[in-house]
Amino acid sequence: MVTVVEFDAIFPQEQPLRRPAITDRLRGVAWWRGVVLVLTGVFFLVPIYAAFRFAIGTVTGGLSDSAFTSIPHQQGFGDAFSLSARLALVTTIITLGLMVPTTVFVHLRFPGLRRVFDGITIIPIVIPPVVLIVGVLQVMPTFLKSTPYLLALEYSVLAMPFVYRSLDAGLRAIDLKTLVEASRSLGGRWASTLWRVVVPNLRTGLLSATVLTVALVLGEYTMASLDSYQTVPVWIVFFDSQNAHVSVAVSLVALMGTWVILLLISSFDLRRIRRSTLLRKDTTA
Amino acid sequence: MLSALGLAPFAVYTFLFLGLPALAVVIGAFQSPSGGWTWSNISLATHGIYLHGFETTLRLALVTSIVPGLAGVVIANAVITMKGGALKRIVSTASGVFANFGGVPLAFLFISALGTVGIVTNWFNDLGINPYNHGFTIFNFDGVALVYAYFQIPLMILVITPALEGLRPAWREAAEGMGARSWQYWRYVGGPVLFPAVLGGVLLLFGSALSAYATADALTNGSIALTSIQIGSFLNGNVLAGQQNVGKALGLGLIVIIAVVMVIYSLLQKRASRWSR
Repeated sequence: MVTVVEFDAIFPQEQPLRRPAITDRLRGVAWWRGVVLVLTGVFFLVPIYAAFRFAIGTVTGGLSDSAFTSIPHQQGFGDAFSLSARLALVTTIITLGLMVPTTVFVHLRFPGLRRVFDGITIIPIVIPPVVLIVGVLQVMPTFLKSTPYLLALEYSVLAMPFVYRSLDAGLRAIDLKTLVEASRSLGGRWASTLWRVVVPNLRTGLLSATVLTVALVLGEYTMASLDSYQTVPVWIVFFDSQNAHVSVAVSLVALMGTWVILLLISSFDLRRIRRSTLLRKDTTA
Repeated sequence: MLSALGLAPFAVYTFLFLGLPALAVVIGAFQSPSGGWTWSNISLATHGIYLHGFETTLRLALVTSIVPGLAGVVIANAVITMKGGALKRIVSTASGVFANFGGVPLAFLFISALGTVGIVTNWFNDLGINPYNHGFTIFNFDGVALVYAYFQIPLMILVITPALEGLRPAWREAAEGMGARSWQYWRYVGGPVLFPAVLGGVLLLFGSALSAYATADALTNGSIALTSIQIGSFLNGNVLAGQQNVGKALGLGLIVIIAVVMVIYSLLQKRASRWSR
């Protein structure tokens, strides 16, 4: 990036000297770019629009929002939602409780192992969930198989690749070693160093890790259905035979809800960056 | 070394909930239901409908990794070179959501749009071309491939964006300064630099398509012969006596295929990381 800045700083007057051929070419590029973006938009938005139209349609051809407003009252939805919510909570706690200390530890003590960890944490992506659940149902003891929280234990494995990458990126961005050494030399114990120094500095990475974990748990169908527990996605399929409009409405709400949450987090992130640059300007002024 | 103890919880957890089940699948693939060692599961899994399942799965994974992979590169490049941060933010968050979207809700979206009475189908019908009269259907191989693009393209955008951002504008300016045309820049500068990252991304998409289960299952009601769906049917109890462990042999087959892909992927990543620094 440094080279780019220097290039612009040294030759700022180069711009008007450009040959017309280049501007022509750029205009061609811009036109082509617009076509790509419009086609992409159509491919991704039309199915959403179609599903929305289907959800608000009625048998008589009229329009009604009852598919959306009646979601909470549908038979079985409350139980499915509560199970999914509990699984999301437990999975998040297990995942963060396991991965935050481990990732911090690797960064501090075994930076040479980061490459190995990149490899280990990608394994859950490449073992298909449908294969994993076959093994899980065979080897797990009965007391675990009889509780839905076995799913939470396995979802933590599935979430590992995303969570590790978020945390790894977050840790790379801060001067972890100095922070920890400062805290330790001021007499902080390991637990309080982790909780009061590392975690606040990792906020962004933790947030995105949490959102990805929650999105994964709320959307996971394969393992839940093969383990015969009715989470929201399994319920959607089950309920489809009774009222397809409601099933589609729930699917849409889930998709849009996750997107909005991610957008909020990324703008929250942006505000923080802006604030920190403002602060820096204030102190140098 | 005492400090290595800090890694123990992670190691134990990963072994219990990832290693052990995976081992059980691998070992079970070579066992008869009574516990003796046998090759018959492997032999069954590599013949007849199961061989056909592997073929369909591989074909689907190839198509839905290469086409959406290349589309993802083009789209990511269009987004990156666009001015203004709002579009980038929308695309990056949307990619995160859509890449993890799948299964039944995704199938519903496409059935509403392109099913037999879907909205887009009706638009075409109004134009006088009913796609279903011309051999199109959302419920077969081509339909599943189209639907897979809905999560594969965003996945590629997520993977390839950092590599595209690593292409320094100075390189392009230098090429243009020496009179290179756009295609020459991509042929001699951008392409070779991006190649390992693009191939790595395509391989990741390949693995993701190979292991997808819920989407195809929901869309075709399990009627398409994909290995993942066949494995699922073993768990659902649709199984002949004496063949209980064939599902594990199929699982082993998928693991072997993906393992080969991952070895290639890591070799390519090593090459790609030379440039992304």
